[in-house]
Amino acid sequence: MKKTNSLLNDAWSALSKNKAALISAATMAAMVFMVLLGPIFSPYAIDEIDWSMIAAAPSFSDGHIFGTDDLGRDLFVRTMYGGRISLMVGLVATLVSVMIGVTYGAVAGFMGGRIDALMMRFVDVLYAMPFLFFVILLMVFFGRSIFLIFIAIGAVNWLDIARIVRGQTLNIKGKEFVDAAKTGGVSTIKIIMKHIVPNLLGVVVVYVALTVPQVILVESFLSFLGLGVQEPMTSWGALVNQGARQMESSPWMLLFPAVFLATTLFCFNFIGDGLRDALDPKDRTRGND
Amino acid sequence: MKNRTLTIMLSIFLFGCGPNADNENTPKQKLVIGGASGEELAENQVFRKNNGSDPGTLDPHRAEGVPASNVLRDLYEGLVSEAANGDYIPGVAESWTISDDGKSYRFKIRDDAAWSNGDNVVAEDFVFSLRRSVDPKTLSNYSSMLYPIKNARDVVLGNESPELLGVSAEGEKVLLIELEEPTPYFISLLTHSTTYPVHPPSVIEHGSSFTRPENMVSNGAFTLEDWRIQDYILLTRNTKYWDDKNTTLSNVYYYPLDNPDASLRRYRANELDFTDTTPSEQLPWIKENLKEELKITPYFGSYYYGFNNTKPPFKDNPELRMALSLAVNRTIITDIVLGAGQIPAFTFVPPVKEYKGIQPEWAGLTQEERENLAKDFYLKAGYSPSNPLSIEIIYNTSENHKRVALAVASMWKKTLGVETKLRNQEWKVFLETRRLKEETEIFRGGWIGDYDDPYTFSELLHSENEMNHSGYASNDYDALLKSASLKPAGRDRLNDLLQAEQIMLNDMPVIPLYFYVSQHLIKPWVVGLEGNVMDHHYSKYVKILKSETIASE
Amino acid sequence: MSNFRFVIGRFLGAIPTLLILICLAFFLVKAAPGGPFDFERSLPEEVEANLRAAYNLDDPVYLQLAKYIGDLLQGDFGPSFQYRDYTVTELISTGFPVSLRLGFAAILLALFFGSLIGSVAALNQNSKLDYGVMFFGMIGISIPNFVMAPLLVLFFSIGLKALPAGGYNGGDFYHMILPVVSLALPQMAYIARLTRGSMIEVLSSNFVRTAKAQGLSTKTILFSHVLKPTFLPVVSYLGPATAAIITGSVVVEQIFGLPGLGRYFVQGALNRDYTLVMGVVVFYGCLIILFNLIVDTLYGFIDPRIKQNR
Repeated sequence: MKKTNSLLNDAWSALSKNKAALISAATMAAMVFMVLLGPIFSPYAIDEIDWSMIAAAPSFSDGHIFGTDDLGRDLFVRTMYGGRISLMVGLVATLVSVMIGVTYGAVAGFMGGRIDALMMRFVDVLYAMPFLFFVILLMVFFGRSIFLIFIAIGAVNWLDIARIVRGQTLNIKGKEFVDAAKTGGVSTIKIIMKHIVPNLLGVVVVYVALTVPQVILVESFLSFLGLGVQEPMTSWGALVNQGARQMESSPWMLLFPAVFLATTLFCFNFIGDGLRDALDPKDRTRGND
Repeated sequence: MKNRTLTIMLSIFLFGCGPNADNENTPKQKLVIGGASGEELAENQVFRKNNGSDPGTLDPHRAEGVPASNVLRDLYEGLVSEAANGDYIPGVAESWTISDDGKSYRFKIRDDAAWSNGDNVVAEDFVFSLRRSVDPKTLSNYSSMLYPIKNARDVVLGNESPELLGVSAEGEKVLLIELEEPTPYFISLLTHSTTYPVHPPSVIEHGSSFTRPENMVSNGAFTLEDWRIQDYILLTRNTKYWDDKNTTLSNVYYYPLDNPDASLRRYRANELDFTDTTPSEQLPWIKENLKEELKITPYFGSYYYGFNNTKPPFKDNPELRMALSLAVNRTIITDIVLGAGQIPAFTFVPPVKEYKGIQPEWAGLTQEERENLAKDFYLKAGYSPSNPLSIEIIYNTSENHKRVALAVASMWKKTLGVETKLRNQEWKVFLETRRLKEETEIFRGGWIGDYDDPYTFSELLHSENEMNHSGYASNDYDALLKSASLKPAGRDRLNDLLQAEQIMLNDMPVIPLYFYVSQHLIKPWVVGLEGNVMDHHYSKYVKILKSETIASE
Repeated sequence: MSNFRFVIGRFLGAIPTLLILICLAFFLVKAAPGGPFDFERSLPEEVEANLRAAYNLDDPVYLQLAKYIGDLLQGDFGPSFQYRDYTVTELISTGFPVSLRLGFAAILLALFFGSLIGSVAALNQNSKLDYGVMFFGMIGISIPNFVMAPLLVLFFSIGLKALPAGGYNGGDFYHMILPVVSLALPQMAYIARLTRGSMIEVLSSNFVRTAKAQGLSTKTILFSHVLKPTFLPVVSYLGPATAAIITGSVVVEQIFGLPGLGRYFVQGALNRDYTLVMGVVVFYGCLIILFNLIVDTLYGFIDPRIKQNR
């Protein structure tokens, strides 16, 4: 276990030298804060329609600081709520895939032999599925719910992490402390949970940081196809899509959500890169190749 | 047996004065536009239309939906055709007579009517085609439209063989059609693709692939040159067409762009001359920048919200239904949410020819008065702000439906405190949910008349109609419809329908919201089109004027 | 010889994959609410019964599946529900060349420019050029193509009137520019970032430093030692890139009105065109399997160590 801590310490010192990642992390923290608390400071509700303020430009005097959309709804509040949905979809869907992927990969790697071969064969099978098409079908056929988006995206994404984790597990498995536990009669599940999974932390964290933005983009893609969250709820993807349609007449409808969306993607990518540089064991060994 | 000979003039008489001279309050907007460079025709007579989507098939008897009808109108010609303004004019039939009892029609087919391969169009072609149209083996979606023809229902339902259909040829050029009942709108059915002739030899030879460009033989002003799926349909002038001397265009393109924003962009880039619709949230921009090219005409359609009258809370609760209807501010929906000039609706059937629905009393109130009335009804129905109703609106995925649903939900919330959830479903899922009446509470409904007669709307709320998704069942309503269907055209029949609608509006099984308009963007160099209530446009009337800006394809 | 066996093995291994794919798609489509024969105007019962019979929808599901697989073996994807006079095989064979042309051009463009600017940035690490490239990279990744495509159209087609705003027109060069560029941009940006990161790492590795110390020319080092390891991650990114391009083409085909498979698929899903939807899924499944095979082989060629591990 000490090893993990020292890894994290190493990572932290490496990360703290990476300015871009640090700034990104701070920005992201501010953004989450804003998205959670922002709506409290606005007098408007997410579904409140003002018929006299259709597609009004941003203005401080009337409190619509981001302007209003084509139904006279406050765009600031909608952007904040949209952020909650987008970030939540990104995080939850990623966590779903991490949970499936880590467990699957760790089990396969740890068991080894025929079970491993079989399990990885199954991953190969799933790799051949045009998954996004399945997601579209699911959304078209069974209606849209955030829950379904989580499951659908999460179920698509776990394959990569399963492969990575399996590889890592194979590596770790050979290490002394695992052998020691084995000879000490500790059960398989316990070994996996106690010794293998914590050691995968680095890989997983990097993976999460790089997957969240992808998932957010997938959600916006679904919004483009009209398969996003149910109105009056919204997401950054849905807002950007709506704004893109009216970018000439009401550019603010595109601009504000797009800035939030792009900034988030920016930040997650920088954080992910920073974490990878700091944590990825592959890169450390490669230096001595 | 004395037959009244009806020339075209008389047939127009029969229908009031055709859709043109009807209503005083909706003046006909003519879309005729003079191009900037005068009357000089462009060299390149190509007309490029967006059609909204691909037709599923170009077989006139199996086709379904507006996009297919648009193309088929250019490819084929029925016994009756339409002028640019929508008046009925002779098509393949140069004249017709109607028997005194109104139940048999005798058509004289033009001597010069020809197929695109040079064959003569004869009465037997129509016998073949109409039989094919009702034959259940043809798998026609619209065969039920032909039920007015004698024995058609039995043939469609598989009880009789198609030979028993009341259609027969009297020699080469005379066609006799017998009806079950006098059907005052029968002539208008003959402009529908279900009644178009198909070329018997090529149908027999090629089977279902007779619709392929290389096989298709048609009798309209154009022939099918090419069909690239999801790309375009290209028509070429049919030189064998009897009225070819009056055709100006050499080619028509139909593009299947389903994304109205993409369609607008391509229109602005001069890649389209005509759009099927306009995206409503872009209307303010269009009105500002393309004002002269935006053409809006009343369209024979009604947009409504239906209650599920077979389940609580709406079953046997007219007060609640009335309250929700009164609380909707229709002017906001037509003017702000949609903004294309839709007409606020307080009745269900759009005005058509002599038919003008009787406005209910509350239509004359101000919105504030209506809302007060709504609150009273709401309380009477057993709800109050502290005990609010919560319901769900189901609509099919579309930008406009979403906007209307959001608006209505916010009005109910504001006036009555009703908690409304929105649920959008894909078209096919929506159709099934609505049909089953299990989950629906309130659903979006819309109907475009199949022919220009109020009956096409009235029958939707008949208790036995499959398309009556509200589950409305009123004996009085059904009886009046029955009575109307036995009467010949005229005031008496219309009065029955008016009375039926009044009964229905008292029960309020659906909330009428607005009457449709058709919205097109049309380039200034396109002339010859006129607005009409069915939104039927024939390319044979179109000419392209000279303009430097026409992009060559 | 071992290469050959490897390829054959993978081919055989793909058969169960395909079967699972077909079954999954089949049952998903069957479970969907709303049928292909639900129309605004309801069908007379007799007509619907005939339609169901014509499409074999009355057979038990397992028989339908068996028949479908049987037909597939003969290259027959069945009749389309939506395009009633066409077979799905015909539709796929008209739609696929469009998507292929679009996707292939986009991949090539993304690969070429992505690795070029990525390498330039890496060789000029921390210069203004480098920062510029990285900024472009982030923009490319962060702007969804349904925003990028209309922007390009507004600028180049409506503003400058230089390029067509849409349409396929047989796939001629001018009509393909905007769709290909909007499809390629995000991938180009990603590949640029990938190349830059990878090359910087290789440049700082021991063997390059050794080579430099031995006095080899920069050019020699670059071509004989740096390029191959640099592009390993790029090659392994080809799989995800292809997936992204296929997804992206759904958007781009919609915006530019191109008659490709992505558009067929969305239309088919909305219209409950069972056979068309399944056809596209199965077809893309085959393509992905084939593509994975090619990438694996390619990877083995670049980096011989991989093959031993398998």
